Amino acid sequence: MAGVQLEKVRKSFGQNEVIKGIDLEIAPGEFVVLVGPSGCGKSTLLNLIAGLETLSSGNIRISDRLVNDVPPKDRDIAMVFQSYALYPTKSVHGNITFGMETRHVRRDEQDQAVSEVSQLLHIEQLLDRKPGQLSGGQRQRVAMGRALVRKPDVFLFDEPLSNLDAKLRIEMRTEIKKLHQRLGKTTIYVTHDQVEAMTLASRIAVMDNGHIRQFGPPAEIYEDPRDLFVAGFMGSPSMNLVRGTLVGDGDRLAVEVRDQEGTVSFPLPAALAAKVRGKTGQQIDLGLRPEIITHHGAHAEGAMLSNFERAIDVVEPTGPDTMLVFTLGGAEAIGRVRSDEVVEAGRPYTFEVNMDKAKLFDPESGIRL
Amino acid sequence: MSRKGIVRRRGAGQAALRLLLYAVLVLFCLVYLLPLVIMVSTSLKSLGEIRTGSLISLPTQVSLDAWLKAWGTACVGVRCKGIAPYMWNSVLMVVPAVLISTLLGAVNGYALTKWRFRGADVIFALMLFGAFIPFQIVLLPMARTLGLFGLAGTTWGLVLVHTVYGLAFTTLFFRNFFVSVSDGIVQAAKIDGAGFFPIFFKLMLPMAVPTIVVTVIWQFTNIWNDFLFGSAFTVGDSNPVTVALNNIVATSTGVKEYNVDMAAAIIAGLPTLAVYVLAGNYFVRGLAAGAVKG
Repeated sequence: MAGVQLEKVRKSFGQNEVIKGIDLEIAPGEFVVLVGPSGCGKSTLLNLIAGLETLSSGNIRISDRLVNDVPPKDRDIAMVFQSYALYPTKSVHGNITFGMETRHVRRDEQDQAVSEVSQLLHIEQLLDRKPGQLSGGQRQRVAMGRALVRKPDVFLFDEPLSNLDAKLRIEMRTEIKKLHQRLGKTTIYVTHDQVEAMTLASRIAVMDNGHIRQFGPPAEIYEDPRDLFVAGFMGSPSMNLVRGTLVGDGDRLAVEVRDQEGTVSFPLPAALAAKVRGKTGQQIDLGLRPEIITHHGAHAEGAMLSNFERAIDVVEPTGPDTMLVFTLGGAEAIGRVRSDEVVEAGRPYTFEVNMDKAKLFDPESGIRL
Repeated sequence: MSRKGIVRRRGAGQAALRLLLYAVLVLFCLVYLLPLVIMVSTSLKSLGEIRTGSLISLPTQVSLDAWLKAWGTACVGVRCKGIAPYMWNSVLMVVPAVLISTLLGAVNGYALTKWRFRGADVIFALMLFGAFIPFQIVLLPMARTLGLFGLAGTTWGLVLVHTVYGLAFTTLFFRNFFVSVSDGIVQAAKIDGAGFFPIFFKLMLPMAVPTIVVTVIWQFTNIWNDFLFGSAFTVGDSNPVTVALNNIVATSTGVKEYNVDMAAAIIAGLPTLAVYVLAGNYFVRGLAAGAVKG
């Protein structure tokens, strides 16, 4: 089994530094997702690991072997590309066997490997077709087959699902996860889709502007974000951020939010209050995910609850839930209520907030308090 | 794509316009075809008929004598073996020149787009420059170069000249095709363990078939029809057919044999015509390739 270690990895294209010193330790068998907005350097980082780009400085180790100067074919990796990158003049069979042919694998071994992989991915009936005759989902499967057949130590995926339609994307997502559970190979997966990151990863690395902002299991990234960027990027719809003032004394602190519709006070639970003691009177950002701003009676017993009333601007039913858009503290905010709640746009609605799950951020640095 | 479904205006006025359109098209067609018709009909007439009849009259008695003479016995200078040996010279020149310049152009285009190196754009720009140089400018330096190589007056010298000056165009064609090929394919092949030439021969060339056909037609036509280099860099027996044709037609002694001239001109033009007919379908497709997502 192979782990991957990155040590102070940097990459510049001319004057432009794209990867600004990244340390990452990936354990054998892990499924790590690199997620971030476009241009954050996640695909470049993957290409560095693959050996398709040359490091500017730093070290990369695969299975404890320093691979800085090892060409891609000798790194024992396989990669699935966003554009599939199938060989258009070769049949599906030819696409899968191309790598084995260049490595001079015996013909009977090739045939066996092809039949194994095509069964696994359900592409047996497609083997004689050309890529141009396949649908998007089938091409995706063939691209994965080409990677699987190498039996590599590490799988690299570069936004493999972004060209598929929504339904197929969810199907293939599940399939990739099943495949990882069955094969247990170390996998590094790049995506800009935070839902994909949450569902697939054993650990997520959130990247921004050439840095890793936070690296941890999905639940930790979601519930315990290090800063405003991570909190805002992960979750859909994204976390509501409300600027308020810290008021009160001792352990009885609250965040007070003022706007045209009046003042709302969000009392802080003791654990949260302890972190901001002494900052009374200062400005503070209150982070509330949409699912904790909801209808009455939805929260766990014993949770610290707080109520407020706001006029609803827009009602967005999604089926299982209904999103309510309103204005709080001058900014747009979203609450999430069950779908049988009777709500009308323009009418006031009373929300109940679970303050145990609220987050506080320093408005200056964006760091979570 | 079919345009049959698009709604059109109807009515007598429209029908009349359409009729006018077709009439104009037919007229242009005739004007365009007339020279060819005259050439073919003249070549099938006897000398006597040419002298007595009019230019556009059809032959009363079809005779292939002029064709046979043009091919086998007409005098080019002092040698009276027809244009057959010179056709062979042209073939010996055009086949290697087309193959080598096309292959090198393909390698260039592939290297310039898929194995990008520092200065690739500058090199490409300089190569493009070669496509815009009037060939008269290079006559003297080229003659000197061929002399130094000991290739002066030979068919191989001509092959070298055409290969060098064809490279600008062939590189341009292939670069423009390969630039549209996804880099991911090359990256995937590198991970699969293939190197520069295996990727080129096994993946890139098969994808480039339409471009290869376009390039071959382009190069074949240009090299076969070249007169300037042929007359400047070959002598007598190694002349290509274009020069030999000129020598037949421009001969100043004896009777002017228009029927032989016409037959010889048609024979000299047949190979390019054949290449267009055989590969013309690809030519059109290749020129439009990459124009739309497909």
